[in-house]
Amino acid sequence: MAYWGGGGAAGWSGDWMRGGRSGRTDGWDYEELGKVYDPSVLKRLWPYIASLRWQALVALSGMLVYSATSYVQPFIMGIAVERLADTALTLTERREAVTVAGLLLVALAVISWFAQWAQRLLTGYIGQQLLFRLRRELFAHLNKLSLSFYDRQEVGRVMSRATSDVVVMQELMTSGFLNVLADLFGLALIVFFLFALDPMLAVVSLSVIPVLLVLMAIWQRHAAQAFIRVRQAIAVVNSSINENVSGVRVVQSLGREEHNLDEFNRLNERNRDLNLRAGKLQAAVMPLVELLSAVATALVLVVIAMRVFGGSMEPAHALGHATAFTLYIQRFFNPVRDIVLQYTQLQRAMAGAHRVFEVLDTEPEIVDAPDAVDLPDVEGRVDFQGVGFEYVEGVPVLEDFELHVEPGETIAFVGHTGAGKTTVTALVSRSYDVRKGSITIDGVDLRRIRRESLRRRMAVVLQEPFLFSGTVADNIRYGRLDASEEEIRRAAEAVGAAPFIERLPEGYETELHERGQNLSVGQRQLIAFARAVVAEPRILVLDEATANVDTQTERTIQQALQVLLAGRTSFVIAHRLSTIRHADRIVVMDEGEIAEIGSHEELLERGGVYADLYRMTYERHAGDVDEDGVDDEEGDRALAERSSDWGLGAAVLGGGGS
Amino acid sequence: MSAAAPVRPTAAPRPRRRRRAPTLLRLAGRAFRYRGLMGAAAFSLAASGVLVLIGPRIVGIAIDTGLAIDDEQGVARGTVTSVGIACVFLLAAAVVRGASMFGQTYLGERISQSVAYDLRNEIYDRLQRLSFAYHDQAQIGDVMSRATQDVEGVRFFVSMGLLRSAYVAVLLAVAAALMLTTNVRLALVALAFVPLVAAQSILVSMRLRLVWLHVQQLQGLLGVVLQENLSGQRVVKAFARERHEQGKFDAVAKELYDESFRTSKIQAFNEPALLSLWLVSLAVVFWVGGQEILSDRLTEGQLIEFLLYLTLLQVPVRSVGFIVMMASRARSAGERIFEIIDAQSPVTERPGARALRAGPGEVRFEQVSFHYEELPPGVAPALLRPGGATRPRPAGGRPVLREIDIVARPGEIVALLGPTGSGKSSIVNLIPRFYDVSEGRVTIDGEDVRELTLDSLREAIGIVQQDLFLFAATIRENIAYGRPEATDEEVRAAARAAHIHDFIEGLPDGYDTWVGERGATLSGGQRQRVAIARTLLLDPRVLVLDDSTSSVDMRTEFEIQEALQELMRNRTTFVIAQRLRTVRQADQILVLNEGEIVQRGRHEQLLAEGGFYRQIYDLELRAQEEAALPDAGAGNGASAGAANGSGTAAPGGRQQASEPR
Repeated sequence: MAYWGGGGAAGWSGDWMRGGRSGRTDGWDYEELGKVYDPSVLKRLWPYIASLRWQALVALSGMLVYSATSYVQPFIMGIAVERLADTALTLTERREAVTVAGLLLVALAVISWFAQWAQRLLTGYIGQQLLFRLRRELFAHLNKLSLSFYDRQEVGRVMSRATSDVVVMQELMTSGFLNVLADLFGLALIVFFLFALDPMLAVVSLSVIPVLLVLMAIWQRHAAQAFIRVRQAIAVVNSSINENVSGVRVVQSLGREEHNLDEFNRLNERNRDLNLRAGKLQAAVMPLVELLSAVATALVLVVIAMRVFGGSMEPAHALGHATAFTLYIQRFFNPVRDIVLQYTQLQRAMAGAHRVFEVLDTEPEIVDAPDAVDLPDVEGRVDFQGVGFEYVEGVPVLEDFELHVEPGETIAFVGHTGAGKTTVTALVSRSYDVRKGSITIDGVDLRRIRRESLRRRMAVVLQEPFLFSGTVADNIRYGRLDASEEEIRRAAEAVGAAPFIERLPEGYETELHERGQNLSVGQRQLIAFARAVVAEPRILVLDEATANVDTQTERTIQQALQVLLAGRTSFVIAHRLSTIRHADRIVVMDEGEIAEIGSHEELLERGGVYADLYRMTYERHAGDVDEDGVDDEEGDRALAERSSDWGLGAAVLGGGGS
Repeated sequence: MSAAAPVRPTAAPRPRRRRRAPTLLRLAGRAFRYRGLMGAAAFSLAASGVLVLIGPRIVGIAIDTGLAIDDEQGVARGTVTSVGIACVFLLAAAVVRGASMFGQTYLGERISQSVAYDLRNEIYDRLQRLSFAYHDQAQIGDVMSRATQDVEGVRFFVSMGLLRSAYVAVLLAVAAALMLTTNVRLALVALAFVPLVAAQSILVSMRLRLVWLHVQQLQGLLGVVLQENLSGQRVVKAFARERHEQGKFDAVAKELYDESFRTSKIQAFNEPALLSLWLVSLAVVFWVGGQEILSDRLTEGQLIEFLLYLTLLQVPVRSVGFIVMMASRARSAGERIFEIIDAQSPVTERPGARALRAGPGEVRFEQVSFHYEELPPGVAPALLRPGGATRPRPAGGRPVLREIDIVARPGEIVALLGPTGSGKSSIVNLIPRFYDVSEGRVTIDGEDVRELTLDSLREAIGIVQQDLFLFAATIRENIAYGRPEATDEEVRAAARAAHIHDFIEGLPDGYDTWVGERGATLSGGQRQRVAIARTLLLDPRVLVLDDSTSSVDMRTEFEIQEALQELMRNRTTFVIAQRLRTVRQADQILVLNEGEIVQRGRHEQLLAEGGFYRQIYDLELRAQEEAALPDAGAGNGASAGAANGSGTAAPGGRQQASEPR
């Protein structure tokens, strides 16, 4: 039944429940088995358990009572049968024995109900509470972690820790521990009753247990491997389906259907065969248990018979023992089998818990200093003083970077990939802390400003606009949560997003699909702009998008940019010529240093790198429109090589008109 | 076939709305495809059902013959040997029973895995053959959940539901028979509890299923919130929205907690109740049995037998609810699966379709009109996206293309220009028959595309899409994707022609570098050139391409242009044009607006003509020249272009601009 519960569905398969396109199905969420007993994990777990200790105690006692009732039952029946068969007793006495036993059994049933109810209710409570707390804690912690953490970690990997690993861990703490405890307790009870009844018979019937243990241990080793392979195989099959559906247009246009079906067939077959191998192992467990229980029953019966006919046992006694022992033997195999099956589960849970704590124990790199201050109204003067930064130790990206920006100035950064443009803007928004020197806003060091107050004064627009699910209005409101509808509308109008939003089926209340898939790239950008406008930042950090948009949208975006930049201190990683030309100063970056700085006209006049770059682009375009074209190819190639991969592309200097 | 008598080849395979058997029966039918296995499974489950219950009887006999007390003499009646013989039987029965149980479980697994295997294959194949119309509407997450979770649901039903219910039935029947033949009164008492427990179990299961469905939805929702938060971490941090995000998450997490705890509560109350009911039944049977023994209508061994029967029946009877739940899940899963398998593609090969003969590559559109189907047959409403589709799509029935006539002579370049939604993509999608025309016809070298086999048609057409999809495979495999049998030398030649060879050679693993998901990430320009190489390798006579590139650096831009020139050489090319260079090169430019060709001709001719082309030129293409002028002054390229856009100024400006060279 666990298949239906929280456990089974929360792993990768849960991804599909979202109905989105984000679910990853490949086997990257690699299987890992940890130690069965990991003291460091248990130590970390203890506070969670301790905080729920009363509930845990009640659950435990409920479990003990329930176990006791179910194992006392054969004992009572055994004694009753013994008295029933005892010809020395009167009929009334024998009848009484049966009635008393019947009443006792009913009472046991009621007690067992209540005990189990209490146990399961509290186990459920503990489990769900733990899950809830762990999830919240993880989520809060993930939001505290610095961006450098996200640079290193794949989203999917973090996802699986916060979803499946947490569930595995919760199962460990509830059903895992409790089941193992219950099973152990049950076994102990059975052993106790068996010995209480007849030590010799107890030894005889328990003699098969070591055999069972050895067989199950061998089985377990094979099965763990087989099940890991099964999980990997189905992941491969699913990712193959996913890929074929995602790429169906290419598949059809290249006529690959037959070939792909053959390939899929192979994967599908492999999955089936691995499943069957695991299935064989699984199918072997029950017959094994049955066989051993038959052996034990036979042994006990033969020994009883030998003793009865050898005269060392009363016949009535023998009947009672036969009843009790056969009933106990039927019961004691289940706990043993369950414990063995839990073994792998425990290993997985320990590994899962280990991964969860790994995240929780990651320290955020950027935290508010104890004496951090709130930023009052900001003018918007930003100064970089001798700033040094490195992502990886020993590989400096910026060294001694100096830049002084006046309030309201627009600074455009140009330069090829890896020149340090993104780093500079990331440092302004304090996504990372500088390693050397300082950045100040209105003379206050960034590191002395409370992060939340800093971000109230600053908006960041990313190259890839990221939208959340929710309505269009929700997404704009993200910039300032208390923005009124009127303010949202005004922001949308300011950036020219209003016309298309109003054309949407429900206007501002239109629900966006996952990440705004139902909008075009350009439309998403405009919403991101509106979001920034609503935030009313004094400082703006903007990474211009390079994606293709149609002409109309391109014009709207260019106009929107003017609105966005006006009157704010702005740092722009610029790709559009129009944006570059409008900037108050252009910073040409090269290998972490400022190669040139000045306005468009100044830089052109200076005849340096920027002017070269600009001219090359211009000449390239002149070649483009040359009628004869052919002769110029060599020249084009040479120019293209020289300009190498500057962030400024041809299309870009072409006004982004493509 | 002549244009005057347009026949719609698609009319034949229209969806036959014949009534299908109920879903569960269809699913069972799939299991019965494996007749041999099903027979063996039936045999082994009957055998194990009987043998499981024979065990207690042997124990009972062993006790009665060996240990039961002779009332007169007060001693046991049997001998050690009689007990021994009974025990041998007991062991023999256990061995045979073990074997049959193994057979039953294994065969169940085998049949269910085979059914799942068949379903996956069919879904896979059906999906890849359904036309674009289907995939436009289907959401990938939804399709995947059908292909994964629903198939699993069916598999569970086959092994746990179908076969298990048969087993439970056998077990119950045999147990009832054995008990009734032993002692009718006690048997009736014991059996009275069976329907009680079963009914209760079914009720609880159905109630839980509803709550669980809700829990699963909430889990999905929580996943979305989490995923968005993690992927959008930069936005969250930029706006300092951590608390807001935590609020969103907590709300869903709390609801999930409440609902999950609700299932715990239901289970905590009901499952012990079922167990206790069974314990009570044991007590009652024991008590009644005791009375029967005292009345000499029952032996001690038989009482033990009864108790063992009840113990054995306990789990199967309680699982009745589980089986019912499986079945109800399998029904909805099966329906969703069959929706895919039964879906009819509007684009299908007509019977007797011919292969396309070799030819120069002339493409004609004759009076072609096209509108999207209201709903592709077989696509359930659930598959439709709420709100607008990714690309705004006109409501079904409204024509997307109206009476289009095009003659593209072999080797010509036809440029398609027009605003978003004007029908450019629809035109190029009709040539390889990704959709079928609604009226008129499309021909290649004189043959109606609907008369041809899809393979031969699509082989003749190469497509370089804007949305470049690379498969999780090596670069070599990606280039050879359309022709897996291509030699290394051919792959290299294609890569060289596409100007991507040097780049590939520079990679650590060269052509064996893994790309796509989990592989090396290629830039947009690199992907585009891989796609060009892929198409070159196919050597199609007709080419469809989208010449837009995201902003790439100049070198890449140059390489792409070179590769495209190579690709277009000697092929009839339809190009959705974004670049001035392409437009100027085109033999004919088709200017589209709202599904109609509003202008056609060569660049110079159309420029002189003015009209819509002139507008597009000013807005979009001209900027590519204007911006290049160093002293164009303030104002961005596009608006400057629009501002001074009188007829001939631009070409003049261009010529001047090229003079300094």
